[in-house]
Amino acid sequence: MITRVLSYTAVGLLISAIASSVAFAQDTPRGNAADGKKLFETIGCFECHGYAGQGGGAGPKLIDPPAYPAFIVQLRTPRNVMPPFTAKVLTDQQAADIYAYISTFPEPPDPKTIPLLQN
Amino acid sequence: MGLASTTKVVAAETPARSVPAKPQTAGDYNPPQEAQPLVNSGKVGGDFMVDCLKSLNIDYVASTPGSTFRGLQESIINYGMNSKPEFITTIHEEASVAMAHGYAKIAGKPMATMVHGVVGLQHSSMAIYNCFCDQAPAIVMAGNVGNGTQRRPGVEWAHSAHDQGIIVRDYVKWDDQANNLQDFAEGLVRAYDLATTTPMGPVMVVIDADQQEEVIEPGRKLFIPKLHQRTQPVADPGALAEAARLLVAAENPVIVSGRYTRTENGPKHLVQLAEALQAPVVDERNRMNMPSRHPLNHTERGGAMMRQADVVLALEPMDLYGTLNNVDDLIGRPSKPKIQPGTKVIVIGTTDLNIKPNMGEYERYQAADIGIAGDAENSLPWLIQAIEKEMTPARKSVAMARGQKLKAAGAKFLQAADTQAAMGWDASPISTARISAEVWNQIRNEDWTMASEVNFLSNWPYRLWSMEKHYHSMGGSTGGGVGYNAPAALGAALANKEHGRITVALNGDGDLMMSPGVLWTAAHHRIPILYIVHNNRAWHQEYMHVQRMAERNQRGIDRAWIGTTIRDPYLDFATLAKSMGVYSQGPIDHPADVGPAIQRAIAVVKRGEPALIDIVSQPR
Repeated sequence: MITRVLSYTAVGLLISAIASSVAFAQDTPRGNAADGKKLFETIGCFECHGYAGQGGGAGPKLIDPPAYPAFIVQLRTPRNVMPPFTAKVLTDQQAADIYAYISTFPEPPDPKTIPLLQN
Repeated sequence: MGLASTTKVVAAETPARSVPAKPQTAGDYNPPQEAQPLVNSGKVGGDFMVDCLKSLNIDYVASTPGSTFRGLQESIINYGMNSKPEFITTIHEEASVAMAHGYAKIAGKPMATMVHGVVGLQHSSMAIYNCFCDQAPAIVMAGNVGNGTQRRPGVEWAHSAHDQGIIVRDYVKWDDQANNLQDFAEGLVRAYDLATTTPMGPVMVVIDADQQEEVIEPGRKLFIPKLHQRTQPVADPGALAEAARLLVAAENPVIVSGRYTRTENGPKHLVQLAEALQAPVVDERNRMNMPSRHPLNHTERGGAMMRQADVVLALEPMDLYGTLNNVDDLIGRPSKPKIQPGTKVIVIGTTDLNIKPNMGEYERYQAADIGIAGDAENSLPWLIQAIEKEMTPARKSVAMARGQKLKAAGAKFLQAADTQAAMGWDASPISTARISAEVWNQIRNEDWTMASEVNFLSNWPYRLWSMEKHYHSMGGSTGGGVGYNAPAALGAALANKEHGRITVALNGDGDLMMSPGVLWTAAHHRIPILYIVHNNRAWHQEYMHVQRMAERNQRGIDRAWIGTTIRDPYLDFATLAKSMGVYSQGPIDHPADVGPAIQRAIAVVKRGEPALIDIVSQPR
């Protein structure tokens, strides 16, 4: 795998702060963000969505993800051309771990504060 | 006629064999020894071939040396004094032709290449195929020792063929194997004529070694046919008038531009057409067609535009079926139209006028309601004129209202692009949006060309840069043969050299490794170009394909990296470039370092030299 990790300091801090598990809402299972990060970078999520969840030509952004029920439906029975991640290859716990991880992606800066995007 | 008489006639026509043939010995093949001249005086065939190239205003011949064209090479450097054409040394024949591919799209005229007999031609065949798919002109000259009795034993036989054209005949517009120098002159001029007439394409002519090396006796009459530059074919006026009626009457006309622009008139006329109709343009970016920030450029909303269209006008579409239909990469490969039933389709172009039976680059058959054969760029002024004639005040009012809505939607889209670019702005690996914005910041006040495909960078340059001039971009390989970008960009840079224009190539790592020798060519010939290596350390498209298969087959979804990644060890492009005399920096993996690195590299490029920056990047 590509071992170069995100230099998002904020991501690291958030993961630490969240510790080993999160519970976002009643219908969101507990997930381990650190485990989710490993999965994200080994089972192909980053390929289309980017290491920072920024999205791009191959897939939409994962920053500020949808609620877990919508996430798991898209993961298991995706719309459009995203390949399905069935329970045979990705357990519910692993899906929850990935969800925990992508929920740590920080909000992007306001483009108006980036001088290069004012050109 | 009976059997006996038939036998008699045949016997009468057959040489008598009343005595057994004399056993053949080595002596039978050796003519009496005569003193052979040790040197030539006067003009040789290669000199005449140089005259032919000069008559066609060929500025460059890119070539990796090979003995089957030693005569012409010597004539270029000594008889022609290595000027117009100048010999450009490459490290691989594929790079020679790919350079010609990129050169033609910026220079607006072909350059030549010389390739070694059989082996060099086969090396170059991938790049010839890309040229053919992209309808780009290139003159490929392949060496050959045609006369078997003159060949030296051994490898010279392996480098010669009876019919070299067969190697590439499936994907050249024409090929020729001349029997003598006069035949060569006429063949070369014809080849140039065909290559530069739309639909354009590569041509291959054999340069026979004997013809290159023969002495032209004084008094021998040889002439070079004059090239009468053709005009490009223009569409039928009646068909254009019918198209104009449909477009003016449409509620939601949409213009799709493919391999449309050839000259500076391309973007200018496309803007005039779009504004006359107040219609959105969906640019397929096979050439620099529609200015990227024009309010009527709605490429990034292409799907929505196509869904609401009642008339679609496609200008030189590369793949009309794909323009009008989606085929999803799912089990069963379901397809669905992008347009509504009843939508009228008009096509202007020449793409289908030069298809060959074998390779499938002609794409799936798709009929249009009005199919107009003609060069779209040359035909557009006449279509605009027909539209202006057809336009009534009432229809103009409808068009203006449509244009206002499109303008508002376009502004929102530009804003949305900035918001999306901000995502992952400070990430490492560095985002392709950040790379694109950093490059743009350094070149936006310069005269420049972006000479590479950028679909693997999520097309960010098209979304963040202001592209207006016909040389600001040039599309991609079309054939999809990896290894196109680095040499094609160098060819573009060669064309830009006389204009003092900065050429930037946002080059994939896998692509550059197909022909890394282009870095040496860039340094050796002092060709100014900035290579930004989009080093995502994978053949990422293939990574995603294998990933899709693993997920579809529900197994090993963490193993798709096998055979698709370029790691262990990582490639060090900066060191690679340095070893070939190219200024370089990297690998850069901190986003804040990108801008200053580009600034330093641009200074090198402005001095007339190549530079390379290796950036560790996000996948897309």
